[in-house]
Amino acid sequence: MTALLSIKDLRTYFFTDDGVVKAVDGVSFSLARGQILGLVGESGSGKSVTGFSLLGLVDPPGRVVGGSIRFDGKDLLTGGEPALRALRGKRIAMIFQDPMMTLNPVLRIDTQMIETVLAHDNVSRTEALKRARDALVMVGISSPDERLQSYPHQFSGGMRQRVAIAIAMLHKPDLIIADEPTTALDVTIQAQILAEVQKLCAETGTALIWITHDLAIVSGLADRLAVMYAGRVVEEGETARVIERPLHPYTKGLIASVPQGKTRGARLQQISGMPPSLRNLPKGCAFRPRCSRADEACLEEPALEEKLPDRKTRCFHPWSLDDARDTRRQAPSKDGMAETTT
Amino acid sequence: MTGPIIDIDGVSKRFVKSLDMAERAARLLGANVREFVVNAVDDVHLSIRQGEVMGLVGESGCGKSTLGRIVAGLYAPSAGTVRFRGRDVAALEGEDAREAALKVQMVFQDPMASLNPRLRIDEIIGEAPRVHGLAARGEIGAYVEAALQRVGLDPAMRKRYPHQFSGGQRARIGIARALAVKPEFMVCDESVAALDVSIQAQILNLFMDLREELNLTYLFISHDLGVVEHISDRVAVMYLGRVVEQGVSEDVFASPNHPYTQALLAEIPTFEAKKKSYSVIKGEIPSPIDPPSGCHFHPRCPHAFALCRAERPPLKEIAPQRYSACHLNDAT
Ligand SMILES: Nc1ncnc2c1ncn2[C@@H]1O[C@H](COP(=O)(O)OP(=O)(O)OP(=O)(O)O)[C@@H](O)[C@H]1O
Ligand SMILES: Nc1ncnc2c1ncn2[C@@H]1O[C@H](COP(=O)(O)OP(=O)(O)OP(=O)(O)O)[C@@H](O)[C@H]1O
Ligand code: SF4
Ligand code: SF4
Ligand SMILES: [Mg+2]
Ligand SMILES: [Mg+2]
Repeated sequence: MTALLSIKDLRTYFFTDDGVVKAVDGVSFSLARGQILGLVGESGSGKSVTGFSLLGLVDPPGRVVGGSIRFDGKDLLTGGEPALRALRGKRIAMIFQDPMMTLNPVLRIDTQMIETVLAHDNVSRTEALKRARDALVMVGISSPDERLQSYPHQFSGGMRQRVAIAIAMLHKPDLIIADEPTTALDVTIQAQILAEVQKLCAETGTALIWITHDLAIVSGLADRLAVMYAGRVVEEGETARVIERPLHPYTKGLIASVPQGKTRGARLQQISGMPPSLRNLPKGCAFRPRCSRADEACLEEPALEEKLPDRKTRCFHPWSLDDARDTRRQAPSKDGMAETTT
Repeated sequence: MTGPIIDIDGVSKRFVKSLDMAERAARLLGANVREFVVNAVDDVHLSIRQGEVMGLVGESGCGKSTLGRIVAGLYAPSAGTVRFRGRDVAALEGEDAREAALKVQMVFQDPMASLNPRLRIDEIIGEAPRVHGLAARGEIGAYVEAALQRVGLDPAMRKRYPHQFSGGQRARIGIARALAVKPEFMVCDESVAALDVSIQAQILNLFMDLREELNLTYLFISHDLGVVEHISDRVAVMYLGRVVEQGVSEDVFASPNHPYTQALLAEIPTFEAKKKSYSVIKGEIPSPIDPPSGCHFHPRCPHAFALCRAERPPLKEIAPQRYSACHLNDAT
């Protein structure tokens, strides 16, 4: 299977007044047409910046300092600005974490949507309006005719997220980067959108990068998972196998902290310790201070390696096949977990 | 139990979309534009007691944020009153109004829009405490650092601007800012939605700790039923602008009465390592612009009968501390 997108060792740094922030520092994954990749990781781990880097949207003092991005055979990093601009929007679309990055606050929704359609297809305004209306219905917006005549601030938070999704779908792109697109949506609407997304990927071969911190959603949607920690991909593989048998201690902790069952009033499980400061990472493995399996070997930096067939991880002591049995149902195993005092 | 700290009494909010000049001209030329009214909040009654967490759930667009903004004094209701410690918020003036505005803080759903892009984080968080004398002039720096640390942010970031943060970090800045003015009542609008489970747990634990320490009261808006069940003492369920069920959290989650609540709870996603096939919502999704007659839920309700189309079911006490708005509770 030839990859539509292949990212190798991507690095994006911000050179700020108070030091270099290595927001993305070793991201590798690839994606075929029609495939869905879930990009997960804790807040601040570099998921959005990875997306921005793909689209060439990193502004100074930030810069892509290394690695390669190949999209449909072309190198996006050496291709130069104009080439990238042509691709972006036409063949790659991004649904931003903040919908107001997509929406223009002073334009009515119909104006914005019609313009998107006309930028891509040579159709009449009437046809463009019809497509815009259909797209709104697709993401579960009722009274579409009235809503088309409204401004972004007249929508609810979740409705704005959905309009941004509808606009990305109007592009009919080869690749959609969806950055936390359904965070504020209830399950019914979420299911509606996931259904449309699955349909789009299956029917048109659109590939999708679904950035999220919600493992429950991504486990039901994505073909593959890439787990990020402190700017790096620490685990990558087929979704079901990663969830059933995580190799990296961080992935394991992540899965164990998904709230389940009756926890009302009880304190929630957290991965012990604090997220690291990106300007001042611990020596060697970045997860070391929070890891229950750490030893001297971890003072060196682990590389992302294939430890099992089609299972990559960045760890010296990954959970072996034996002890990495379904962690979710055997919750009592407290490895890497602790309560924090805040 | 103490008396209510916030009393929402028959509150409604209608947004009227009137035509501007260009649109009136367009209509003369035959364009399909019309005036319309959004019934965002429709006659809501809700009392929230000191020190409790009131969860507010319901589908996207049902009016949760609008109700939250009314409680926080950011929107004036079209009808009804909000009372803070027994006093009509709209009638307060001068010092009293300022005081009430400070004591009721809102954490916004959309943090980017609510943070001034031209201010550094230490200014955003430190501004109000400085102005209102909550921290001595020389101690503002330490005060801001402590506020950042509480929400899991590295104080070394305090000189950055909002756009230099990740989405989840911005959400936490919003929380830190609200907490920094030592409020008595917090409206949290999807405040943990952008956070991963680990940070989410830290923030929820922080909310619980502050409730213990400061007797803080919360109106907690969230689409995440797991989180709401975890944190709320009582919960109110909204549907198309109306509260359709309300009660003690445990009871509502254990045995939902209203058919909408039942449907909502049936949808809680399970965490399975299996690819799912999602399905499209059946039928028309109702709209607050053109709400269905009678019980708003009737087009989607499996139990709907003739009366449901004709009459709005009142929110009635069906058991101690338990309210539901469904005609089925009358039919025996
Ligand atoms: N313009 C910038 N200048 C300096 N640092 C930045 C800038 N933009 C992002 N960062 C930092 O880079 C890191 C990665 O940010 P990113 O937005 O990719 O995180 P994320 O994984 O998307 O997190 P979240 O889930 O919270 O959205 C963060 O620590 C953030 O503070
Ligand atoms: N300023 C406004 N002008 C016009 N209509 C508005 C305005 N604010 C909200 N509305 C409308 O009021 C209704 C309720 O919106 P609200 O933001 O309260 O929903 P919500 O329950 O918070 O939804 P979500 O979960 O998507 O955030 C929506 O139909 C919305 O379009
Ligand atoms: S390399 Fe060592 S410290 Fe890092 S995750 Fe693996 S065991 Fe833990
Ligand atoms: S009043 Fe009728 S339509 Fe409404 S929830 Fe009850 S049974 Fe269903
Ligand atoms: Mg992000
Ligand atoms: Mg809202």
